[in-house]
Amino acid sequence: MSNTRQAEASSPWRGVLLFLVIVVLFVLEGSVRNAFFSGSWNTSLAILNMGLISAVMALGVNMQWGYAGLFNAGVVGFLALGGLAPVLIATAPVPGAWDAGGVRLLLALFVGIGTLVLAAQVWKQVDRHLRVWALIATLALGFVLYRWLFDPAVTAIEANNTASAGNIGGLGLPVLLAWPVGALFAAAVAWGVGKVALGLRSDYLAIATLGIGEIVVAVMRNEEWLARGVKNVSGIPRPVPYELDLQNDPGFVARAAEWGLDPATASGIWVKLCYAGLFTVVLLLLILLAELALKSPWGRMMRAIRDNETAAEAMGKNVTRRHLQIFVIGSAVIGLAGAMMITLDGLVSPSGYNPLRYTFLIWVMVIVGGSGNNWGAALGAILIWFLWIKAEVWGPEIMRLLTMPLPDGGLRSHLIGSAPQMRFIAMGVVLLLVLRFAPRGLLPEK
Amino acid sequence: MDILNAGVALLNFVVVPAAAYGAQLALGALGVTLIYGILRFSNFAFGDTMAMGTAFTIMVTWAIQALGIAIFPLPTALIALPFGIAVTALIVLFTDRIVYRFYRRKKVDPIVMVMASVGVMFVMNGLTRVLIGVEEIRFDDGARFLFSVQDFRAWSGLTEGLSLRVSQLLTLIITALVCWGLFVFLNRTRTGKAMRAYSDNEDLALLSGIDPDQVVRITWIIGTALAVIAGTLYGLDKTFKAFNYFQILLPIFAAAIVGGLGNPLGAVVGGFVVAFSEVAITYPWKKVAGYLFPDWQPEGLLQLLSTEYKFAVSFVILIVVLLFKPTGLFRGKSV
Amino acid sequence: MSAPYLSATGMRGGYGKADILNDCTITVDQGQIAVIVGPNGAGKSTAMKAVFGMLNLREGEVRLAGEDITALTPQQRVHKGMGFVPQTHNIFPNMTVEENLQMGAFIRKDDYSGTLAQVYELFPAVADKRRQNAGELSGGQRQQVAVGRALMTQPRLLMLDEPTAGVSPIVMDELFDRIIEIARTGISILMVEQNARQALEIADLGYVLVQGTNRYTDTGEALLANPEVRRTFLGG
Repeated sequence: MSNTRQAEASSPWRGVLLFLVIVVLFVLEGSVRNAFFSGSWNTSLAILNMGLISAVMALGVNMQWGYAGLFNAGVVGFLALGGLAPVLIATAPVPGAWDAGGVRLLLALFVGIGTLVLAAQVWKQVDRHLRVWALIATLALGFVLYRWLFDPAVTAIEANNTASAGNIGGLGLPVLLAWPVGALFAAAVAWGVGKVALGLRSDYLAIATLGIGEIVVAVMRNEEWLARGVKNVSGIPRPVPYELDLQNDPGFVARAAEWGLDPATASGIWVKLCYAGLFTVVLLLLILLAELALKSPWGRMMRAIRDNETAAEAMGKNVTRRHLQIFVIGSAVIGLAGAMMITLDGLVSPSGYNPLRYTFLIWVMVIVGGSGNNWGAALGAILIWFLWIKAEVWGPEIMRLLTMPLPDGGLRSHLIGSAPQMRFIAMGVVLLLVLRFAPRGLLPEK
Repeated sequence: MDILNAGVALLNFVVVPAAAYGAQLALGALGVTLIYGILRFSNFAFGDTMAMGTAFTIMVTWAIQALGIAIFPLPTALIALPFGIAVTALIVLFTDRIVYRFYRRKKVDPIVMVMASVGVMFVMNGLTRVLIGVEEIRFDDGARFLFSVQDFRAWSGLTEGLSLRVSQLLTLIITALVCWGLFVFLNRTRTGKAMRAYSDNEDLALLSGIDPDQVVRITWIIGTALAVIAGTLYGLDKTFKAFNYFQILLPIFAAAIVGGLGNPLGAVVGGFVVAFSEVAITYPWKKVAGYLFPDWQPEGLLQLLSTEYKFAVSFVILIVVLLFKPTGLFRGKSV
Repeated sequence: MSAPYLSATGMRGGYGKADILNDCTITVDQGQIAVIVGPNGAGKSTAMKAVFGMLNLREGEVRLAGEDITALTPQQRVHKGMGFVPQTHNIFPNMTVEENLQMGAFIRKDDYSGTLAQVYELFPAVADKRRQNAGELSGGQRQQVAVGRALMTQPRLLMLDEPTAGVSPIVMDELFDRIIEIARTGISILMVEQNARQALEIADLGYVLVQGTNRYTDTGEALLANPEVRRTFLGG
């Protein structure tokens, strides 16, 4: 019932209105200084940049959920995988790392993957009675060989210049190249997970992806040879100019002065604008591709499957295969966003990958924006991201107002002190309200 | 070859910790599986229900301690536990009333219920943060050891020691009692049978005059009680940290799926399967091997996987079960 | 004598907008066996569901022992003395036979051990397997458990939706014998059957339904003897 009513109300103006609301919010953040807004364009643009990346993530999740009804509870893992790419592609090579154990490491990884492939073959080919034992033997042998190759290589690489490197290092290639590679990393893992968990109950995929998310983050945290683990990799090359270079550029300083800005502020704004431009291009390109795909016969079939899986199956469509395709594509988009995020931060910090923040918040964005609608997901992402960041500031302010009648003391200060945590409650409530009263989101699917 | 010392080392480092952890997982998996069987969705908010319930228990513990009441050598948290369960159950029942009931009546796709549980997870997570913060909290004020490594060495004269912490023993005893009580309830009482009937064949249960609202209510209460007991025992055994309860969600789900979602006996077995695999795979076997084969001097620690990857073990078990037996080990068997 | 025990008259209704039943009337007297037969899609099961309240009627009324029960839910009708055995999913597979029967008696507040003994007496085969899970039994035994479950409320009217679907002819005969026995105890039986000929042989009253309307209504014997019914509905 509510669906049809919403569909009628869904006019093209809705999207424009939502877009305008977002623009106003960012302008307020950039220009008004009070308890609620910072009045700094630098802050406003920083939020916008991460908002744009969140929009790309939301686009990926929306493909999986909105197009195919797949619940990916491991967004954070695919994001982290994508973030690996800038380290491995764009950072400068670590001298001595490859000689220390690079070849051996590659060989070990090759053996590891080879073992899994071989095990799958063994399971298919070997006679029924023997195959369990053959499988176990293959896996055990492969594991021993893998560890024999892997452990010394890792020890050697991590011993190499521990203080500032201790990792395998990058290839020194342009950082923009790392973006598609990040997407590839995520896609490869998504293929593996999807192969196992798709075609079963829908919640099994959710639980399996929840697991892969935690494992990827654990790998990032512990495998120091890869991206230095919790020691973090910083100084990842940028596709845009550095603030310091701009401040030392007399031409830039002169132009900044024309606008009445000091060089420090102006350089920050300019760099962020460059990023924003870059991210917007990627986002629009992805939306364009997604919309084209959705209107193609492939997209129509996708939606047919989502709307009635049984009927589609009866018509001879291989539902699991289609689901695998869309799961891999969606994860690739999330991986791309992960690489973009690391490029923006210039830093990999595995301890920052929190599932609430990077999996479930993205879900809130998609549901609120409008599952199935790419524009909705993107706009919802930017809006929710803005609110999420600002809620940290607004929470205590609102709590201060609410607790006015209370006497100054333990309870009041505890409430004000824990108010930033209120945003978790707020996001949950928003998700529940949208899910119940506007299940198709702010911008419903056409 | 020194079998005695090897055996003691095995008991001390593998069997005892895994049994305690397995019991905690079993309780959690029982909760997840009961909720799944009756309400037919995987409750992602379960980990945060555990955290929130434990937070309430800790706060009541503090209040009791402030009154100067103690039951040493047992931890004060045991007195607080029923209060923690009661408060959490009230909140969960309220959640069902305002969130889940709507979707249940509409008979939506299970995945929508899962989505709703994500919203509930956020709210509960925030509540826990506001209530008690995100820092690590120790709240075990009972005696630490039933017997310590030194006691054991002095008593037995062996080089290897064995210790048994009070929290571990408590976990095992409480889990045994809770499981026994639950199985008696499910198999012997009218209400318990009604729950099983509802889980087995909803339409026929309705036809037989079973009140669905009552079944759902009791399921939430039992599920919450299991969550809070498991959470409190886990917190006593290790420490309380809200985020850990989110992470334990994966092994709990793995245990429930390994045993066959919806099957209580399977959940208990699954809990121990997951726990023992996790501990056995992340334990460095060098010491035990040293006693058994004194001549063998292995290079490494003989550790299959470092402890940071213990969640990978649950994941691999999950994948193996999904690949070879998606319905779990116990599907179709009676409770 | 007064009106029949069950009298559902002039029923019109269906799922959604289209009517499946059109002025359909079903009555059963005490201790009588009434059978609804007809071609596929004639609305046989729908008629039974309408009697049991699983379908909203647009017209017509259902009376049980003279009382108008048209507005009651299926659960309330169980309290009034109706028992219903669905065609499929009619047992609790993961519960023992005995537990299945206990669930049948869920609404009873009195001691039902007598009824339990009667059901076991009626179905000795399942009595031997009372500790076994119902899901592990053979098809015929499952149907016996399903019927037994419905009998546990001590209904005055037992309704069976294709009880012999998917069971072998020997099991079918056995099941029909039991149904006759049940009817002898004074319980009225209303049954939808695919195996029309065998069902009419034991029927006191037969309804031939076509497109949701009564086409022929007579005793089972008379319908079997009616050449037109034989040609059109019983395959010669």
